[in-house]
Amino acid sequence: MKRIYMDHSATTHVDPKVLEAMLPYFAEKFGNASSLHSYGQEASEALSLSREQVAQTLGAQPTEIIFTSGGTESDNMAIKGAAYMCSSKGRHIITSVIEHPAVLRTCEQLEKEGFEVTYVPVDRDGIVDLQFLEDSIKEETILISIMHANNEIGTIQPITEISKLIEGKGIILHTDAVQSVGKIPTDVNELGVDMLSISSHKIYGPKGVGALYMRDGINILPLLQGGGHERGLRPGTENIPGIVGFAKAMSIAHENLEHDSRHMEHLRDSMIKKICGKIPHAKLNGHEKKRLPNNVNMSFKYVEGESLLMLLDMKGVAVSTGSACSSKSQKASHVLSAIDPGVDYIHGSLRFTLGKENTMEEVDIVVDLLEEAVIKLRQMSPFGEDI
Amino acid sequence: MYSKKLLEEFTNPKNVGIIENADGVGQLGNPADGDVITIYIKVKNGILEDVKFKAFGCAAAIATSSMVTQMAKGRTIEEAMHITKEDVAEALGGLPPGKMDCSNFAPDTLRVAIEDYQKKNKV
Repeated sequence: MKRIYMDHSATTHVDPKVLEAMLPYFAEKFGNASSLHSYGQEASEALSLSREQVAQTLGAQPTEIIFTSGGTESDNMAIKGAAYMCSSKGRHIITSVIEHPAVLRTCEQLEKEGFEVTYVPVDRDGIVDLQFLEDSIKEETILISIMHANNEIGTIQPITEISKLIEGKGIILHTDAVQSVGKIPTDVNELGVDMLSISSHKIYGPKGVGALYMRDGINILPLLQGGGHERGLRPGTENIPGIVGFAKAMSIAHENLEHDSRHMEHLRDSMIKKICGKIPHAKLNGHEKKRLPNNVNMSFKYVEGESLLMLLDMKGVAVSTGSACSSKSQKASHVLSAIDPGVDYIHGSLRFTLGKENTMEEVDIVVDLLEEAVIKLRQMSPFGEDI
Repeated sequence: MYSKKLLEEFTNPKNVGIIENADGVGQLGNPADGDVITIYIKVKNGILEDVKFKAFGCAAAIATSSMVTQMAKGRTIEEAMHITKEDVAEALGGLPPGKMDCSNFAPDTLRVAIEDYQKKNKV
């Protein structure tokens, strides 16, 4: 059976060029970048070069890049680090209701520690309510953390507008760009952000590595104590093979951004059109235009997302869902609940996230298999006869 | 992760459909929770002659519905009333920890269908 992978927002395979760049740093150039000898120098040079590469793709300075273990750590470091550092100035944080759990759970933890958090709602398309956000700002606001693009519905948030809104107010602006880097432009100066989280494995790099961009002049308290690595902000011997691979992945993504985005956007729009043409009672979740070029998130009335996912998996198609059955611990996703597609649709969502190597032929195969699966489940459904 | 047996049952469910003029009908769940099961029964001489189901829900909900209809068919009302979630889960090669609640759902729906029959026939 030919397998088709359309879950690139979950993770991606490692690009062969990335793997090739990493290989020497496991057994041959294995030095500790802190060592003074030639082994250490090899590692230290690789680290500097990687830092420059990553900085360049973001329009940042190398000194503004802190390597981490990935998106979750970067989010934690940014939010907690800034909150603890600025707590004498104020204890109010603004975020949105559709953030990734790495941001939401971190904010909830800070609430337990006495910080106040405002969760900005979103409209039906999943775009944050800018007026609400602006009205939430007060004297004690120290940090705003709004994701660049949503991981489930792909909606792109108006980060530049937010940065203009808070200009000169002394509020730190953080964005989780884990899903947007490599898919849409993420120049830190154009976005106007002070901190930005990135993960390597979403852009054909290895897992377990990422970075936090932190603008010069911004200070945070480190979450870990140890050696002086990463300017003392993230101690621990650097993961050189991972960092080298991550930097290579960033460079490749940056170089091919326009080409790959256009390709995926073309597939995305045809896929949405084909699904809507073939399957009655299908609904797009998220904004039609302001969405990641690779995200197709749709709900199907009278079918349940997990069942659809399982049927597709049996045909070799890998996708994901924001819905889960009613067994008490598993509710519909917080993102879908926030945009509220309606009771008949909320449990029937599927997320297809395209990759640079997906083809139109694959899109056609997947749409056909999807149609089959939806028909099969609707025939089983007690509501199915209505359509 | 689902067991092989459960996935097989989910992909090729048995007894899907409606019984016209059923002797008893049971429905549990609601669309807002993402799970609805309807079970229809035909009773003759105290024996469940036919059992069919319709289900909207996850793979576990569909597989357990299919399994419970097969387990109930040909049994006496008394026997069918006592099919437990453990019986269903065992027949499916176990359920993932987060899905144990689901295995209760299908046998409960069957019981509602039987009670409906009993009420109609004043048994």
